[in-house]
Amino acid sequence: MVRTYLLLAWTWTRAAAAYPASFALLLALGCATAALDLAAILIIFANTTSLGGFTREEVLFLYGTAGIAFTLTDLLFSNLDRVSAHIRDGTLDTFLIRPVNAWIQIATDRFVPARIGRVLQAAAALGYALAALDLDPRRLWMVPVMILSGVVIFTSLWTLAAALQFALVDAPEVSSAFTYGSAQLAQYPFSVYGRELVRGVTYVLPLAFINWQPGLYALGRDDPFGTPGFMRFLGPVAALVLALLAALAWRQGLRRYRSTGS
Amino acid sequence: MTMIELNQAGRTFKVKRRTVHAVRDLTFTVAPGEFVGYLGPNGAGKSTTIKMLCGILTPSSGTVRVAGLDPSRRRTTLARHIGVVFGQRTTLWWDLPLKDSFELIRLLYKVDRKVFAERLAELTATLDLGPFMSTPVRQLSLGQRMRGDLAAALLHAPEVLVLDEPTIGLDVVSKAGIREFLARINAERGTTVLLTTHDLGDIERLCRRVMLIDHGRLAFDGTLDDLMASAPGLSSIEEVVTHLYTAGR
Amino acid sequence: MFGILRAYILIALWQARPGLAGYDVAQAVTFCFVTQAFIGPMQLFGGGLAIPQRIRSGDIALDLVRPAPLQLWTLAEDLGRAGYLLLVRGIPPMLVGAALFGIVVPDGPGRWAGLLAGLLLGVITSFGWRYLVALSACWLADDRGVNIASTVLTTFLSGLVLPLTIFPGWLGDVARVLPWAAMAQAPADLYLGTAPVLDTLAFQAFWAAALLALGALGTRAIRHKVVIQGG
Repeated sequence: MVRTYLLLAWTWTRAAAAYPASFALLLALGCATAALDLAAILIIFANTTSLGGFTREEVLFLYGTAGIAFTLTDLLFSNLDRVSAHIRDGTLDTFLIRPVNAWIQIATDRFVPARIGRVLQAAAALGYALAALDLDPRRLWMVPVMILSGVVIFTSLWTLAAALQFALVDAPEVSSAFTYGSAQLAQYPFSVYGRELVRGVTYVLPLAFINWQPGLYALGRDDPFGTPGFMRFLGPVAALVLALLAALAWRQGLRRYRSTGS
Repeated sequence: MTMIELNQAGRTFKVKRRTVHAVRDLTFTVAPGEFVGYLGPNGAGKSTTIKMLCGILTPSSGTVRVAGLDPSRRRTTLARHIGVVFGQRTTLWWDLPLKDSFELIRLLYKVDRKVFAERLAELTATLDLGPFMSTPVRQLSLGQRMRGDLAAALLHAPEVLVLDEPTIGLDVVSKAGIREFLARINAERGTTVLLTTHDLGDIERLCRRVMLIDHGRLAFDGTLDDLMASAPGLSSIEEVVTHLYTAGR
Repeated sequence: MFGILRAYILIALWQARPGLAGYDVAQAVTFCFVTQAFIGPMQLFGGGLAIPQRIRSGDIALDLVRPAPLQLWTLAEDLGRAGYLLLVRGIPPMLVGAALFGIVVPDGPGRWAGLLAGLLLGVITSFGWRYLVALSACWLADDRGVNIASTVLTTFLSGLVLPLTIFPGWLGDVARVLPWAAMAQAPADLYLGTAPVLDTLAFQAFWAAALLALGALGTRAIRHKVVIQGG
């Protein structure tokens, strides 16, 4: 699977390299779009020193970790949100006649390497936050772990949304509100949100495990909502459970397609 | 030994809570090396049959076997043994140059580099792909694209080739080129070919055997001569087929 | 969904800084849902015009020889769509905001009249800008860049991301006088009653007129290009 993924991604990268001007343009614009979220945080902190009890550097830490996980997912698998377009245009069939897993083919179709710019931008924000925060070095191991489980959670959300499109061919925006909304949510400390919302994204849809719960551990902070300490370490578990659900949903969606046609 | 085998295969769709039989009780076999024309009016069930053969659709009743495999269960394995061309849409990558599309196919099908180079050289020569090898697929003319699609479907040397209206929309010269190529592939490599088309010229020129499907059922299966003989008094294939299409309703 | 998240963030900010920019918490929340309601009618994510497509297909030549001037006719179409979108895309976010957080409503017919005038001028300004962006497709082979850049500028500088009134220093001074401010910040202030009505309307009218004038020049330029050079 990894080999196939790399082959497909490399082919698209080579194709993109044939148009360097377009590549540079997309790179710059991707950065500009992503920079908006960062600018919003900076403007907020030009007016206050703390938001929901968190400092600017702490918020940038949360923004950076969620941002890297999200932009990596977006770079690697974002074409999954075009499943409904593929179904409508009838192009899904062409993925099904190849001797390779359909999910991989769809995820890499039109891979846009210029999206790497947004990953780097999020990484820069995280780098700045880490340098400014002076965190306990014994807790830093959590940073790569949370980014990795964040990627798995986002990828699972993408896949769930894509599987949903097999049933709701005419409503792709429902699933993109779901994926982009989660990314937006994770940029800020959950202490700004209402208690009910936070409960929902902890116990129903495990968005709290992208960066909030593990981030509290890395920052050495207690949860303002008072959840027990072991929750900080559940990120990988939540990611695996969600990935399993997503895989099942995807199989079910594809089976539904193959048994209903279009 | 059979290449394609359908036994009481059926396929229903639910349309607005009504059950529609796209294909019902379809039983036929195709032997290796045969060249079969698959005819039928629009909506008769041709595309449904083809999608069942490649495993894109799961039959709702009966069995389907292609190259000894159950397509819907062994779809990705079967993909190595079957080549598919959809005339209405390309299976190539829209934004990639033709040669990159071919290279991707080599990698996806895990074809040995040397074997692949030989096959590609041969296909490039017979289909005259050279002049537009570096052109992105979206910029190709319909005739060029169809030649590219045919090459793509044959690069992994499949035992069976399934063509869904490959000559649709092509001009006379392109059509003749495609027909000549298909005849050659069938004769030289022994590739089994199942061809659906509305162009009866394709059938006359290429197919020793004709199957005609109407309302999801097999209405005729035999040689071209049998087909002509089935309606005495009618002289051209157009008249015979028109007669069979209209007799069914 | 996005409106709700934004509302929570604004509430947190206004809890930390009560009375910031002259808004109280209820007004800040209202600002969030009012600007959310503007996304559809003001087309704050860009696009909404068929011109780029017609330029690529060459049909623009047909549009240019019609008796009705291209710009006015496109504006009329856009105003009609804006009215429709104000109802179907504008009302739901307001209801969500009212149900979840509670929002303030303008009092007195004067405020409503000012708001309606501001909405109209805002849509015209937004049209004026999008019309210029659409015409640029005539000179550019790849118009994706201009489109994304326009969306970024519009979402950020209209006040949709955060109220322009809290932008610090020179950034705030500049952002508040640019045309995008006329598309969301200005009508939202008219809704909230947090800006002088006549000054705000004059500001919007200035940009609406300026962009329409530029659009008229642009129309002449593409007519010249299409008619004289044959596309």
